[in-house]
Parts: sequence; structure tokens; C-alpha cells
Amino acid sequence: MSTPVLEVKGLRVEFPTRRGTLVAVDDISFSIAPGEVLGVVGESGAGKSLTGTAIIGLLEPPGRVGAGEIRLEGERIDRLDNDSMRRIRGRRIGAIFQDPLTSLNPLYTVGAQLVETIRTHLALDAGAARARALSLLREVGIPAPEARIDHYPHQFSGGMRQRVVIALALCAEPRLIIADEPTTALDVSIQAQIIQLLKRLAREHGTAVMLITHDMGVIAETADRVAVMYAGRIAEIGPVREVVRNARHPYTVGLMGSIPKLGAGAGKHRSQLVQIEGSMPRLNAVPAGCAFHPRCEKCFARCTRERPEPIRTGANLTACWLYDEQSTVA
Amino acid sequence: MTSKALSHESQGPPPLLTLDGVGRDFDVSRPWLNRVIEGTPRQLLHAVDDVSFEVRKGETLALVGESGCGKSTLARLIVGLYAPSRGRIEFDGVEISDPAAHVKTARMRQRMQMIFQDPYASLNPRWRVREIIAEPILVLKLWENAKQIHQRVAELLTQVGLAPEDGEKYPHEFSGGQRQRISIARALSGSPEFLVCDEPTSALDVSVQAQILNLMSELQARLGLTYLFISHNLAVVSHVADRIGVMYLGRLVEIADAQEVFARPKHPYTRMLLDAVPDLEMSGRQRTPVAGEVPNPLSPPTGCTFHPRCPHANERCRSEKPQLVWRGPTASACHAVEEGRI
Repeated sequence: MSTPVLEVKGLRVEFPTRRGTLVAVDDISFSIAPGEVLGVVGESGAGKSLTGTAIIGLLEPPGRVGAGEIRLEGERIDRLDNDSMRRIRGRRIGAIFQDPLTSLNPLYTVGAQLVETIRTHLALDAGAARARALSLLREVGIPAPEARIDHYPHQFSGGMRQRVVIALALCAEPRLIIADEPTTALDVSIQAQIIQLLKRLAREHGTAVMLITHDMGVIAETADRVAVMYAGRIAEIGPVREVVRNARHPYTVGLMGSIPKLGAGAGKHRSQLVQIEGSMPRLNAVPAGCAFHPRCEKCFARCTRERPEPIRTGANLTACWLYDEQSTVA
Repeated sequence: MTSKALSHESQGPPPLLTLDGVGRDFDVSRPWLNRVIEGTPRQLLHAVDDVSFEVRKGETLALVGESGCGKSTLARLIVGLYAPSRGRIEFDGVEISDPAAHVKTARMRQRMQMIFQDPYASLNPRWRVREIIAEPILVLKLWENAKQIHQRVAELLTQVGLAPEDGEKYPHEFSGGQRQRISIARALSGSPEFLVCDEPTSALDVSVQAQILNLMSELQARLGLTYLFISHNLAVVSHVADRIGVMYLGRLVEIADAQEVFARPKHPYTRMLLDAVPDLEMSGRQRTPVAGEVPNPLSPPTGCTFHPRCPHANERCRSEKPQLVWRGPTASACHAVEEGRI
């Protein structure tokens, strides 16, 4: 395979506080190939958004990258100064956030915002930039772009606004798009359209996409591979089909079981949903050993002492001692 | 049509709640001076329009629809937070929608409670949990004796899976799921028979959502509760509902047993909603791509409001408003279904 667009190795995001350092993202590694969509899924506080923010270099102090490295097309970007990072953001990494209303400036027309972004990153004159803005709007599926380009964000519906945000992220043909909960604020019927759009764009442009969401359904529809995060660590990573159908980590198994599914036998006489007792630990009280062990039904002595490293299980990497030969022998 | 729709529904357990042609308008006109100067008329938003259905004792009726379809307005109409502009709401045979009779209806309203979506906004941050839970008891004067109230609060906390000692804490000390448990305990403290749950799990993480949904079905079985469950998430609804009503732009477009809705959806909008749900099982089931968006409710399309997005729309759909009609086990408001075109 060619060089991955994004390669993250041993990334650690920490927040120094008076009462010690909180580690929000702890030693995670993954990579994304060109044209690939990597889903990052997890519940609130799992560290999935912080991973994204760390990659685009927008961690708010006192948050900082404590260890590890981030490489964009082989070039290390986690040690860059603000100016060089700013040139990368928008040019080589595009970002899409959850709330399309707060990502757009309400005082400028969408055309002005697109043209500004295009001219910041590409050497185009005003006319060519506007033409590019129009073609981007057309590409993301905005009807009658010639009329809509001079409208203000409030004149667009939520779904259309999110399309504009996607167009903004695409302005300079970035190699990597980080989409943080891009469909969470949208209704299901609009969500389905945005998912299709993201998939199509990744395929046609060969853009790598890191799709951060709490919604396993969105991942199943969109992603090629998925990383399941829990308490700042990757519990399991692998091809989406494997993770959805054949989850290995007890947390993934519980997570999949707790999602209500459509299907035969609707009605409440269906079996109860799988329930994971308790909740995710707070950052200042992440348990020793495997962070999931207090909630895990299959927990044994080793889980409380030693932190599991990712272990190859079929096509997946699973951070769970259950799959380590040594512990099964013991 | 209303009486026809109701007569079909009357089979089975007796209805606890009956809505008959309920509608609610909101005045969203510009200020008077602007209207006079610009010569613009008053503008009414029909948030809920001509909705009729029954909720039977002991069942869970779920209302689903996208943002702006009027499902939350309907919940507020039922619990009396809004007064209906048109139509009748009856609870256990007594009309509760008449504001003039509020003394009589107050007794009926004690028997229903509401659970809200956002457990962060619906609990007073300055009250201890035991005060929050005891408030309905005090307001409804169910118990006067402090010791009895204390005991009842402890019992309620245990019932929702918290510890009696948690009553001394403040809401901020709890996670989202635990707060939703507190809201449920508060709703149960008035010993209601009927709970209106407005998106009770949509602010929660999935594993916590599963805990709350399981708790709700457990409580229903134990206390014989009747639920009106409002949600935008069809998968959640498929787990909790006995019957499902689908709303679009303020109107009920389809209502039937849950199995029926999922196995044989009738209204094109219901079919579209089902197709929009992500395919988690990756079964590769056949789906038609979703098109279009919900129109502006201030200027809804003529005729059937779904016609601009509907693949089966014809001239009649563009001009004539369809009524909810029973055909077999399903009532739907669609000309194409009625004519047997789909």
C-alpha cells in the first residue's frame, strides 16, 4: 500500500492541572490510507474529538500533545509552529464540525466565505475562485448554486448548511478531512444524504476521511475501518464489517448489543437491550490495568494489573487480555 | 373521518387518552407596526393540525417524526403546558382540554407526568435530589408527614436504580444517565398512570440509553404504566412501542401496530424514514435513497404536504389534503395508498 495520508503513533493528549496531569488520549496509534474512511466511535468523554483536535493542532491550552507523533503524508506535523500549522489547516487538512451554524460566519454570504478560503490557499483570481466556489456548491448537491451562492447562512436549512460546510472543507482539495460528528445535529433523512455525500467525495477525490461520531449506524454506513475508543484508548480497531458483526473486545460487544436495531419482531416483547453496567470512568479516576475492567464481565486478575496492548485477532487489533495466549495458558 | 378512525381503534383495552381533531397554532406574525407599514397579514404556524388517536391503558404509543413535525408540541398539549387551538383531549373519559374547567381537570392531570429530553436542563441545580423528587408529592399533597415523604423518596430512588443516600446530593454530581433516572423518579413520585416521555434518551450515550430504556420497560411492567413515547429514532421506537404513529409537518400520516409499521409501512414518508435509518447489521437491504427536506412549516405545500418529496405524487396529491383512513391494520393519510396505487 502507498504511504498513508495520516499516521498517528503513540499519541497522548494531556491536560496539566493543579491536581496532577489528566490524560485524555492515551497512547493511540492508527493510520488512514488515501480514499479510506476511518470511523472513530465512542461515547462522550472517550477522547475521540480530542484526537481529531490534536491532529489539526487546535488543542486549547493547557491541553497539549504529551507524547507520540502525527504524520501527514509522511511529514511530521505535531511539532510545527502555529504559522506553518495554519497553512496546513484548510490546505491539506479540512475540518467539518457538528454544528453547521457555528462553523459559518453569519455576516458573510456563503460565496464570500468560500472565495476567501479558496484564495487563502490557492493562487486564483476573484473570478476563478468564484467559479470554483460555484462548482463546489454544485458538487455537494446544493440546488441552483448560482442563486444560492450570494445567500447568507441563515437562509439555508440545516442540511444545506452542512453541505456548505463540507464545500468549505473541500475548497483546497485537502488530502485529509476530519469530520467531527458531521450528522449529529441533523434529522435522519438529511443524515442519510450527508453520509452518501461524504462517501462519494472520499471515493472520487481519494481524500482520507477521519469520521468521528458516537453513532455506530453512521459508521457502518460510511466507514471502511473503525476504531472503537474507550476512556482515551483504542479498545478495538479493524474493518468495519468485522467490528460490527464479529466484535472481539467486551466493550465493543456490549456497545453493539446496547444499540437498538430495526428488524424483525418489532414491539416491546422483544428481548431487552444488552446493558453495560456503570459508566465510563472520569479522567481523574481511570482504573489501573485495562480501563474497562470494572465494567467487564470477563475480567480476570491480569486485567486489573496490566494494561493490555493491541493484540491481533483476525483482521482486528483488540486491546484485551482475553486474546493473549499467555493469559489463556495461565 | 375522525369518528371512523376512532371506531376502529376502540377494539382492545379501553382508551386512557383520546385526542380528537386536536390542533395548535402559534402566532408568528411580525410586530403590529411592521404589519401595518408593510401591509403584511398575520401569520399562523400550524404546529399540530387535526390529530386524532387513542392511547390504550398499559400500552406504549410512540410518535415519531423529524424536527418540526409537531411531536413535542403534541406532548405539551397533552400534559396541558399548551392549550389546544382546536379539538378535544380526553383523559379517562373526561375532557381535559377545556381551560375553563381546570379545577376539575387538575385532578386528572395528577395522573399524568412528563419526562423531558435534557436531564441537564430539567433538574433545578440548586435543589438536592430528594427535594426535586419530593416536589410533586408536596404539590399534590400525597403525603404530609416528613418521615413518610422521606421514605417514599428513598423507595423511588431505589426503584430507578439509585441509592437512597443519593437524595442528599445535587444534580451536578450525577452523570447524564443518572440524572435521567432522577427525572424518572420525580415523574413517578406523583404515582401517575400515564407518562409522556419526550425524547427521554436522545441526550444520552447508547450504552446509557440501553439502561434507561430497559428501566422504563421494567417500570411499565411493574407499575402498569401507560406511555406516550416521543422520539425521532425509529430503532429506539422499535424496541419500546406497541403502536407507532408517524407525524409529518404537524399531521399524523400513519398509525398502526409496531410490527405492522416495520413489516409493511404504508405511507411513503414512513417508508422513506425507514430507509433513512443506517443499516447497522450491514445486511445490504434494498433501500431507496432519501431526497429533499422538510418544507418550511410556515408555507406548507398544498394538498398532501409530503407531495414534493413523494415519488408517487400525482395531481390529486398536489391539490387535495388526504385524510387518515383505515385499511386493514393500518391507518394512513395518503391518496396513493387509498387508491391502491402503492
